[in-house]
Amino acid sequence: MGCGSNGIVRKTPLAEVHKNLGATMVDFAGWYMPMQYTSVIDEHTTTRTKAGLFDICHMGEFIVKGKGSFNFLQKMAVNDLNKLTVGKAIFNILCYENGTVIDDLFIYKLKENEYMIVVNACNIQKDLEWLKKHKGNFEVEINDVSDQTAKLDLQGPLSEKILRKLTSAELPKRFHFIETELSEIRTIISRTGYTGEDGFEFYFPAENAEKIWTEILDAGEEYGIKPIGLGARDTLRIEACYPLYGHETNDKITPIEVGLGWLVKTEKEDFIGKEILKKQKEHGTERILVVFEMVDRGIARENYEIFANNEKIGHVTSGTFSPTFRKSLGMALIKKPFSEIGNELNIKIKGKLHKAKIVKRPFYEYKGGQKWKTQKILNTPKTMNGLR
Amino acid sequence: MENPKDLKYSKDHEWIKIDGNIITVGITDFAQNALTEIVFVELPDKGKQVQQNKTAATIESVKSVSDIYAPASGEVIEVNEQLKNAPEKVNKDPYGEGWIFKVKISNPDELNTLIPVEEYNKIAE
Repeated sequence: MGCGSNGIVRKTPLAEVHKNLGATMVDFAGWYMPMQYTSVIDEHTTTRTKAGLFDICHMGEFIVKGKGSFNFLQKMAVNDLNKLTVGKAIFNILCYENGTVIDDLFIYKLKENEYMIVVNACNIQKDLEWLKKHKGNFEVEINDVSDQTAKLDLQGPLSEKILRKLTSAELPKRFHFIETELSEIRTIISRTGYTGEDGFEFYFPAENAEKIWTEILDAGEEYGIKPIGLGARDTLRIEACYPLYGHETNDKITPIEVGLGWLVKTEKEDFIGKEILKKQKEHGTERILVVFEMVDRGIARENYEIFANNEKIGHVTSGTFSPTFRKSLGMALIKKPFSEIGNELNIKIKGKLHKAKIVKRPFYEYKGGQKWKTQKILNTPKTMNGLR
Repeated sequence: MENPKDLKYSKDHEWIKIDGNIITVGITDFAQNALTEIVFVELPDKGKQVQQNKTAATIESVKSVSDIYAPASGEVIEVNEQLKNAPEKVNKDPYGEGWIFKVKISNPDELNTLIPVEEYNKIAE
């Protein structure tokens, strides 16, 4: 159900660069990726307070174009593309007929009748086959350009300052993008990300990956930029309560169950999964995603079981130690009657029940455009200094 | 960091200081480095009876959870309370302030399974 490797380990164009930086490399979703360069906590804190650069070349990109592309994507995905104008990007989900999740993705409208779709690394083949299978009579062409496309993420409150050194173009607003030259290389720059911070994502031809990577790191040096591994990418997105495919969502979970109902536009024309998702939106679901923090010591990790009054009520979908809040926290899929904020959960950690309590999501509010708020993070809490 | 010569080691990357029938247990520099940043140490209760090669403590880093086994059976007589608020001591000073617990051992023969530093150095390369 998750993002397992099939034994073949693929490399991004930056694999050697990471190794030379001394990164601990791991197999993630079949890709040879940096888990950390120095330390998850340090990289996490750097992204929250300064800026971090992530190699995200493993993710997939498809170009969908043709006269039927709008209608085709409206049929395939749950969110409504009517408001998506050229230069904007939206979060979206592909579902099966039974409403469970095939993948979550971003759709960029490049021009009329042409879209770029950004998908999770482990789902590239599955998504491509699913889309092609449903092409039917739609006048649409689907091209997988993942191998030719590099993707880097620059995230953190100082991202804009750093990017300003590299381009004089007017920078996009959140969920918007521009196409411009970055060191003479045609690049899509979108103001999007997966950390809860202001930041940008860059898409450009794969052969330039090392060049752009180096340019951004050089430009950010005076601001304290660091390369960030997947370890901190995970702790950052958990604090922001962003779902990750294979954890919060998979082919046994619907978007409504995990609080992504706001994405599912049941008032739009027919789309795959609409019938059941509409029903779930109206009548609710038996399970629901909650976020929790530990009351007892310990870290509740993925798939740990959750109990209430000796009854198993669900499982942890993601859990970690939070470098920002110096607490252990996570997300969990549990039976709805137990899901109220403030409720106590008992999570089985190594055979013993540990207390946790349900809290309001997200742990970490998106900070883009509210720079005064990042100051607070810099000043709290004092105990953080010990591990910086 | 060099592994101290006056300590014994287990193949599970623990170091053991033997002082008569009292042993002090911690994890090696190699282990703390592999675990990365330690954020919680779950200590055994004082007075608890522990069994050789069974879990006595648990160490959580950001990315992983690891059991610390008792190198020999006996009673836990002291735990490093400082680790409750400063688990990073295990990273910073694994052979000193990062010690984890002390056991009054019941069967000294069990210590024969421990290995000397030369042998441990080969494992921890």
